[in-house]
Amino acid sequence: MDILHTVTANQLRMDIPEFQPGDTLSVHVRVIEGNKERIQVFQGVCIKRKGGGINETFTVRKISNGIGVERIFPLHSPRVAKIEVLKRGRVRRAKLYYLRKLRGKAARIKERTS
Amino acid sequence: MAGILGLKIGMTQIFDNDGLLVPVTVIKAGPCYVTQIKTEEHDGYNAVQLAFYDAKEKRVTKPLLGHFKKAGVNPKRYLVEFDFGKDHGLKIGDELKADVLQAGTQVTISGVTKGKGFQGVVRRHHFSGGPKTHGQSDRLRAPGSIGQSSYPSRVFKGIKMGGRMGGKRKTVIHVKVVKVDPENNLLFLKGAVPGARNSLVEIRTK
Repeated sequence: MDILHTVTANQLRMDIPEFQPGDTLSVHVRVIEGNKERIQVFQGVCIKRKGGGINETFTVRKISNGIGVERIFPLHSPRVAKIEVLKRGRVRRAKLYYLRKLRGKAARIKERTS
Repeated sequence: MAGILGLKIGMTQIFDNDGLLVPVTVIKAGPCYVTQIKTEEHDGYNAVQLAFYDAKEKRVTKPLLGHFKKAGVNPKRYLVEFDFGKDHGLKIGDELKADVLQAGTQVTISGVTKGKGFQGVVRRHHFSGGPKTHGQSDRLRAPGSIGQSSYPSRVFKGIKMGGRMGGKRKTVIHVKVVKVDPENNLLFLKGAVPGARNSLVEIRTK
């Protein structure tokens, strides 16, 4: 297994901020259309982090025009230009699937102060 | 025509130049050594015999030790013939490394699949099994009819039934080489490759 770690080690990104499920993130995604490249921002609550090493992904959920939208990003993807942590949330689970059933005020997450 | 022998290391993912995540199988390919060159005149067909993976001397039979000594190569565990055509320009004792292949090319992979033991027809031949309800009992994973009645009064050869699955040589074609690392002799092939980790794989190109 050691070789598998070393061959992917140089693709791991070191510039990723520390964040947890429950945190509100703004993910800046590089969108490539033909030759043009632009940045698209996806802002929402991180509801899970999964996997390890180069396989690690995180899911961001937001409500867009009243419809819940979730997007899964590979954590180390070069297509992710920047991850900003806007708010730290206090949650008691690692996977916040219960947010899918809640809307409006009930889906709020208390801010974490530490 | 080119080819090389390798050991399957395992699967992982890498990002390609477009930033997309590609599933890859990592293979430790080579160094392989040419131990024999067969020619049409001498042997009736053209082939290059490659040796791979160092073996302890006491694990190799004496006739093979002599064969390796003649080629000037340390004893190896695996010997496989490759059809490199006629004008390959290789000599006995030559070393082949992972850089005989270039990134972007398509290759053919052969390996021995993982043994699955005795499996029923649902797993082994993708039969759909019987119905779950409507008064059925003991039919869920059954094969159904295996033939006719008093004529022919026997089961035809080749009927798909349960039995030993896996542990057989399988060849996969059109496998893309995503990346080559000549320093460490590593090949990155897109997708899955037959065999367990640390099993031998043969890689051939057209």
